[in-house]
Amino acid sequence: MKIVRLHRTFFKNMTDEVNARVNENIVLEMKNIHKGFPGVKALQGVEFTLREGEIHALMGENGAGKSTLIKVLTGVYEKDEGDIFLKGYDKAVSIRSPQDAQRVGISTVYQEITLCPNLSVAENMYIGRTAGMGQNWKKINADADKLLKSLDIPATATQQLASCSIAVQQMVAIARAVDMDCKVLILDEPTSSLDEQEVAKLFGLMRNLKEKGVGIIFVTHFLDQVYEVCDRITVLRDGKLVGAYDIKDLPRVQLVAKMLGKDLDDMSDIKSEGAVYSGEDAGTAVLEAEQLVSDAGIKPFDFHINKGEVNGFTGLLGSGRSECVRAIFGADRVVGGKVKMHGKTVKISKPLHAMKQGIAYLPEDRKLDGIVGDLSVRDNIILALQTLKGFFRPISKAQAYKYADEYIKLLDVKTASADTPIKSLSGGNQQKVILARWLLTHPEYLILDEPTRGIDVGTKVDIQKLVLKLAGEGMSITFISSETDEMLRTCSRLVVMRDRKVVGELSGEQLTQNMIMNTIAGGNRDNAEN
Amino acid sequence: MQKTEKKKASPMEVLKKILGRQIFIPIAALLLLVLFNLIADPGFFAISLKTNSAGNPILTGYLITILDNGSELAILAIGMTLVTAAAGGQDISVGAGIAISGSVMLRVLCGTNPKPEAIQAPIIVAFLVGCLAAMLCGAFNGALVAYFKIQPMVATLILYTAGRSIAAWVNQNQLPIVPPGPFSYFGGVIPGIPIPTPFFIAVACMILIALVLKFTTLGLYTQSVGINESSSRLNGLNPILIKFLAFVILGVCVAVAGLIKVSRFSTINYSVIAKDIEMDAILAVALGGNALGGGKFNIAASILGAYVIQFLTTTLYKFNVRSDALPAYKAVVVILLVVASAPRVREYLNGLKKNMGRRLSRREVG
Amino acid sequence: MKKRLLAVVMAAAMVLGVAACGNEAAPAAGSSDGNIKVGIINNDPNESGYRTANDNDLKAMFTAENGYDATFAYGKTNDEQINAAQQMIQDGVDYLLLSAADVSGWDSVLQDANNQGIKVILYDRTIDADPSLYVASIVSDMAKEGETAANWLKSQNLSEYNIIHIQGQMGTAAQVGRSGALSDMASAEGWNIVVQQTGDWNAEKAQQIVQSQIDAGNSFNVIYAENDDMAKGAVAALDANGITHGVNGDVIIMGFDTNKWALQELKAGNWNYDGQCNPLQASYLDDIIKKLEKGETISEKTVVMDEKGFDATTITDEDIEKYGI
Repeated sequence: MKIVRLHRTFFKNMTDEVNARVNENIVLEMKNIHKGFPGVKALQGVEFTLREGEIHALMGENGAGKSTLIKVLTGVYEKDEGDIFLKGYDKAVSIRSPQDAQRVGISTVYQEITLCPNLSVAENMYIGRTAGMGQNWKKINADADKLLKSLDIPATATQQLASCSIAVQQMVAIARAVDMDCKVLILDEPTSSLDEQEVAKLFGLMRNLKEKGVGIIFVTHFLDQVYEVCDRITVLRDGKLVGAYDIKDLPRVQLVAKMLGKDLDDMSDIKSEGAVYSGEDAGTAVLEAEQLVSDAGIKPFDFHINKGEVNGFTGLLGSGRSECVRAIFGADRVVGGKVKMHGKTVKISKPLHAMKQGIAYLPEDRKLDGIVGDLSVRDNIILALQTLKGFFRPISKAQAYKYADEYIKLLDVKTASADTPIKSLSGGNQQKVILARWLLTHPEYLILDEPTRGIDVGTKVDIQKLVLKLAGEGMSITFISSETDEMLRTCSRLVVMRDRKVVGELSGEQLTQNMIMNTIAGGNRDNAEN
Repeated sequence: MQKTEKKKASPMEVLKKILGRQIFIPIAALLLLVLFNLIADPGFFAISLKTNSAGNPILTGYLITILDNGSELAILAIGMTLVTAAAGGQDISVGAGIAISGSVMLRVLCGTNPKPEAIQAPIIVAFLVGCLAAMLCGAFNGALVAYFKIQPMVATLILYTAGRSIAAWVNQNQLPIVPPGPFSYFGGVIPGIPIPTPFFIAVACMILIALVLKFTTLGLYTQSVGINESSSRLNGLNPILIKFLAFVILGVCVAVAGLIKVSRFSTINYSVIAKDIEMDAILAVALGGNALGGGKFNIAASILGAYVIQFLTTTLYKFNVRSDALPAYKAVVVILLVVASAPRVREYLNGLKKNMGRRLSRREVG
Repeated sequence: MKKRLLAVVMAAAMVLGVAACGNEAAPAAGSSDGNIKVGIINNDPNESGYRTANDNDLKAMFTAENGYDATFAYGKTNDEQINAAQQMIQDGVDYLLLSAADVSGWDSVLQDANNQGIKVILYDRTIDADPSLYVASIVSDMAKEGETAANWLKSQNLSEYNIIHIQGQMGTAAQVGRSGALSDMASAEGWNIVVQQTGDWNAEKAQQIVQSQIDAGNSFNVIYAENDDMAKGAVAALDANGITHGVNGDVIIMGFDTNKWALQELKAGNWNYDGQCNPLQASYLDDIIKKLEKGETISEKTVVMDEKGFDATTITDEDIEKYGI
């Protein structure tokens, strides 16, 4: 008797919950999710709710637990504790593999395109989903075209995927996900390799899907985009839930504060914190480039940087910013012009030459050109110093540990130990290690190419502060960033590029968003306003 | 709770650390073979002192045979590991390389007379010229791989096919025989020392490479280039040079192995000498737990892997397994290795380890 | 891009170069000064000492002085050899002399030759084809070589026979013939085979096989190795362990192929027996061609060459000069 009653109450509670979810149009509910890795509690009692037809931003610094939560939801990881409820299921669903996730209507589109570029758009949309060998491609192509059209995606079914732009490929991936009858669509950093127009197109598609009632989880680092397209925000920090908010209730500053877990010292003001270098050699040129040109397709350019100065290259993606600094560092083959250090002409035809002149270069693509993935944090830190010392003068293990520990502490790198492979660190911490590598060589001139890309807000601020501090101590720094406000905060002089050519230089009063845009656009104010 | 967990963690940690170490794989394989032989016939481990035909004392027994015959493989494993790490591929022309450098040594030692009364040049000169030949082969492979960016296996296929013909050409199809004398010490025994010389040569190579790794940055550079070439270049390294260097070092290893081979019989048959040894050398690298795709490496593990392979070969000979069936047994080892390193199996094992740990700690709490 | 192209060109050049080494057909065609045109297809002369001797013998026989206009081609595989044969048929040779890499796959190309009136003579190796496609075949009888050796061993009248039998590469004609004779004799005479292992014609493997028997403590008094290289490997193992061998030694050493250095070992008393496998087929070929040119018919399609066995106690320096290869 007693047992039966207990049973009944249990079921009553269950049905109540189900009813509540139906009422609020909740499509996904994650309750009390716990997930641990050896030595780390990645998620501790996280709750997450997604409604039908909403775009929900999942925010947090690197290491806050966003990716872990997504991976638990998509079955990549198995949760240690907690329940996942989905609309249409009256019990908690068990998701043990990505296939499970897809079956219950959860689809994911990752930052890197995971489709096959040499297949057609339709093939990509339907691959692995049609049963049997005999497939009616005519019908499939027609279906695909219909879907593409309804989602307003500028692609045709028979087109080869590789011939589409990255953004369209991204959209095809989304179309594939949508067509699999998905109720929950996860977009993991979909915009990081897109330009502004492409982002706008993607947002159009997202709004379109929202109309159709799909719940979208949007993971991104770009605050602007969150405020442009999202309805609600869930913030995580250190594996715990900070809270879920309607977008209108959470101003930008507060969002950042919640992500960082502290009241933000006014970011726009960090410039004033760094003391300006005031040595007697301030203002003398450290490096001058005259009509320098490499084989990477840039026009010859002049450039100089002074002692203790922070300057930057700005321009649209592909305008040749990186190619300029790569030419200075000898990373691309230099085919003309000359470089002077302290007024003396020097020959820089490979990176080692530049390093010997006291130049350091943090490359744009951290994964491809920066980290040496399988090597430990320690080896990654000493690598540049070691090559400077030479083949026959290895840094002893003890000394390497000393260097590594010193810089891990100095830059506050979050790593289990100096022996941890760098690839297992989060993006921001990897970037700090690469920064440590170059700082260890005590460069006179430091080139930072997109040091803040794809890393969390806290680290971004740390890096900008560090740049100003180092310049204050007399280091010359070139800082390149896609985010102009970062450049405005740190640089005292900006070289503007357009179409692989230097088109202007701004400093002092000229350093405003408007002026930059004007110069990029070619001095036409109307263009800039557009 | 906190305390028990901490206490429990330490032995588990230790176990995990051992299991996680790269050298664990060849050690486990070795222990398995030792155990098998202990059960099958403990006489396998007997060693006795005899006198050879030249009247010199010599230790014999299966263990000595393993140390003796495994030496060439161990030496090659050193170079093969470096090539694998730097170039992310393997050199399949080392057998042909041994034939070439061996033929060159014979040519220098014997001159044009296939059966001279006395050697025509000092041994050291013959070795150095043979070494030069092997290094040239290595340089050829290295240039194709490093500069022309050809897949290592494809690039070395050229010498693999052509090498033995070149070796035959060096001696005009003759098979010269080195007259008796100190030259036979390298593949036999030095009078008065009862342990086969090849073992000492292998040890010398190991010490040499250990010193090189300690007093130069070869290890860091090689791994760095193998893992991320582009990044290495931006850190001032010259990936082309480092890959090239790895092949040349392998060339030196080939020459040393060739010296031992020539000395064993005072001659070589270029068409069959060191046949299929490249496969054993690659297997040694794999058995040492090194990624065949390049990157991090552990030479000690490779060397141990080489001796494990010889241990397996000798064990199979002892049980009179047909020698042309040996590759089949090695294939089993390869399959086991491949399966063990498959992500799915790794995941399963990790899960097993974790569960075991959890159960242990729970029992402690209960 | 340029680099990549250069690489391809270089690799291609290498491969072509290698191919060219193995395929020296073509020159000297078209000289019709009354000489007999023969196309000679052989295996890679670098394959073994036997093959080198065979090739040298042919080259010495088929010269302009002897009234021949010869084209030589070498191939490690059937494909290479068939290509060369087709080339020769096109060039219109009178005779096609063939030592095939592989026994099968020759029917159609030999049919072509017959259609053009080209006479085919096989030497050294037989093939699986209709005998009407060739006029003669000159071969060694490997089984007879084995019998000669086994009979010699029987004539030693040892009080007991404990034999290590090191076989050649399994399945080859030489291995089958030489192994069969010993096995038959051993079972007939009640000899003890201590171990029967393949050494793949390889001295290193033979050494390991014998070393393994010594390490195991097995006793033996005969080593029957199916070629000279393996006999040498076996002897190296004995020497390393201080076991005497040869004339007046504890272990009888038997080898095959009569390499010059092997016969010298025999003469020095280090080995006991060496069986001949005659690579010198040129004179037989010359004989047959001469007969055919005169319009005579060939009575025996298969010509088996004379082959000897040499004993350490009776071998002479002349034998070494005459029969050593």
